[in-house]
Amino acid sequence: MKILVCITHVPDTTSKIAFTDNNTKFDVSGIQFIIGPYDDYALAKAVELKESNSGNITVLCVGEVNVEPTMRKALAIGADDAIRVNANPTDSVFVAQQIAAIAKEDQYDLILMGRESIDFNSGVVHGIVGSLLDIPSVSPVMKLEIEGETAKMTREIEGGQEFIEVQLPVIAGCQEPIAEWKIANMRGIMSARTKPLKVIEPVACDKITSTLSYEKLPAKGSVKLIPAENAEELIDLLKNEAKVL
Amino acid sequence: MSILVCIEGDEGIIKKTSIEAVYYASETGKIIGDEEVIAVALGSYDTAVLENLGNYGATKVIHVNDEKLDKSQIGVYSEIFAELVQTTSANLVIMSKSSFGDNIGGRIAGKTGASIVSNVVALPNVSSEFEVRKSIFTGKAFATVSMPEGLKILLVKRNSVEVNQTDDKAVIEQIPLPNALNFHEKITGSEKAEGDVLLDDAEIVVSGGRGLKGPENWDMIEDLAKALGAATGCSKPVSDQGWRPHHEHVGQTGVKVSPNLYIAIGISGAIQHLAGVNSSKVLVAINIDPDAPFFKAADYGIVGDAFDVVPRLTEKVKSLK
Ligand SMILES: Cc1cc2nc3c(=O)[nH]c(=O)nc-3n(C[C@H](O)[C@H](O)[C@H](O)COP(=O)(O)OP(=O)(O)OC[C@H]3O[C@@H](n4cnc5c(N)ncnc54)[C@H](O)[C@@H]3O)c2cc1C
Repeated sequence: MKILVCITHVPDTTSKIAFTDNNTKFDVSGIQFIIGPYDDYALAKAVELKESNSGNITVLCVGEVNVEPTMRKALAIGADDAIRVNANPTDSVFVAQQIAAIAKEDQYDLILMGRESIDFNSGVVHGIVGSLLDIPSVSPVMKLEIEGETAKMTREIEGGQEFIEVQLPVIAGCQEPIAEWKIANMRGIMSARTKPLKVIEPVACDKITSTLSYEKLPAKGSVKLIPAENAEELIDLLKNEAKVL
Repeated sequence: MSILVCIEGDEGIIKKTSIEAVYYASETGKIIGDEEVIAVALGSYDTAVLENLGNYGATKVIHVNDEKLDKSQIGVYSEIFAELVQTTSANLVIMSKSSFGDNIGGRIAGKTGASIVSNVVALPNVSSEFEVRKSIFTGKAFATVSMPEGLKILLVKRNSVEVNQTDDKAVIEQIPLPNALNFHEKITGSEKAEGDVLLDDAEIVVSGGRGLKGPENWDMIEDLAKALGAATGCSKPVSDQGWRPHHEHVGQTGVKVSPNLYIAIGISGAIQHLAGVNSSKVLVAINIDPDAPFFKAADYGIVGDAFDVVPRLTEKVKSLK
């Protein structure tokens, strides 16, 4: 089975978000970058599938050279080879077109990615790739089993879940509990250094959005504490002061 | 020119987020010059339900009344919407940011060559270019994004517009199920949560964390939620340990909620949990530890033992009814 795993290179979930250059650039100073947590689930699932079905895992990231350490982590966790599309991933359609161009050239049985990136949170890349390739796309997938040519999936819907079957090839936007996050072992880390990482230039994409400026969430005022012995007072405050009851 | 709104429903009931999408579309229509707002509903709905979309600004509803569409298959829905984008010569497509919008909005964009912005939190600004504001970094910041000429798709985050209602009714146009659709996905079943109030739609959420010690103590959370008409949520370790179902898990890697009131009980307030709740209007923390980080994010707090405080709050809420 040939699996393509698309990953994002994003700030660690504990990062303090700040902007520079008159709020036009994300401030990377002191930021630790990681594989997107949802993408990490996708990768873990790919590794599980490879273990039980054999096959090959290619990891793909659209990003500039600074994303390579993150890609090496994915190779250490269990991907066999990597492709970096040398471009700044600033627009969903742009990223999807890069993925689709690669998937058209090289046929994959399964394309896995996170349900969304945790920086721009758009969550639409799986669908765009699916329609560009004219194959089914499903997200967010919490469970995935491959039986022959059929993918059996559990998809989260608002307040519940839905069970879906499709024929391969398929694209899945992943989320927990599809698999448990995997940690690279020493052997993986060593071998990742020599696994192939190919760099290619992006395909052209003309109609893309551009980010003009950023703004941080306004800081909260300080908390109003109610002594535990008068806990009931909270309800009065919520009703009369905050007016949310 | 027209604005198309993709309606999301469940068993003949239109989701609140789709009503917000219709209203967003009609307000946007006023900004960009009186466009026709066409809502598209797929599957079985009562006529009255669809006519009432006029209350929120839809001028017309295109209805494909076929029970084959009662379950929202991603592929087929996207194909139908994409085709209607062409036939109605829409220049803007609006839907809610949800699992429905993510899947279907993305596929329509791929199919039609549209540009797309997700998680939009305010009406567009068209004074120079077409600019929208979106939520990024899981609620920790916003970006202002400009969109290129041509067809645009916006996925609107819930509670981003305050909906006003009129008595207007929409005109309904019934169209048949298009031929030659590919029903690629087979939906073999589904499971729904039992609670009365869905987490995503809730105005009030009562959420419990590891501080509650075990699933047997959730009656307390449910009682308070019931008294408030609230939905119940939880932190990640709580769903990881199977104390609560996964779809209640709130946060960075779970459901992002934006209710009027979020009450966190025995939740420490890790940054990943806060990422899912920071667009709530009012945050309340109840925690035994005065140094719990949640108190830094909360509007109101009680430092105390949940097992003492929560039942008393429930009684107090009941006494007001
Ligand atoms: C990549 C990543 C993504 C993550 N995503 C999420 C996410 O989406 N959502 C999420 O929730 N977490 C997420 N986490 C986990 C997060 O970091 C925290 O571990 C988690 O939120 C802690 O859950 P908790 O507050 O229930 O438990 P704890 O941190 O153990 O806190 C329990 C709290 O209960 C209080 N308490 C104890 N007894 C009582 C009592 N009797 N009365 C009142 N209070 C009491 C304690 O003082 C404590 O503050 C993520 C982590 C990572 C690394």
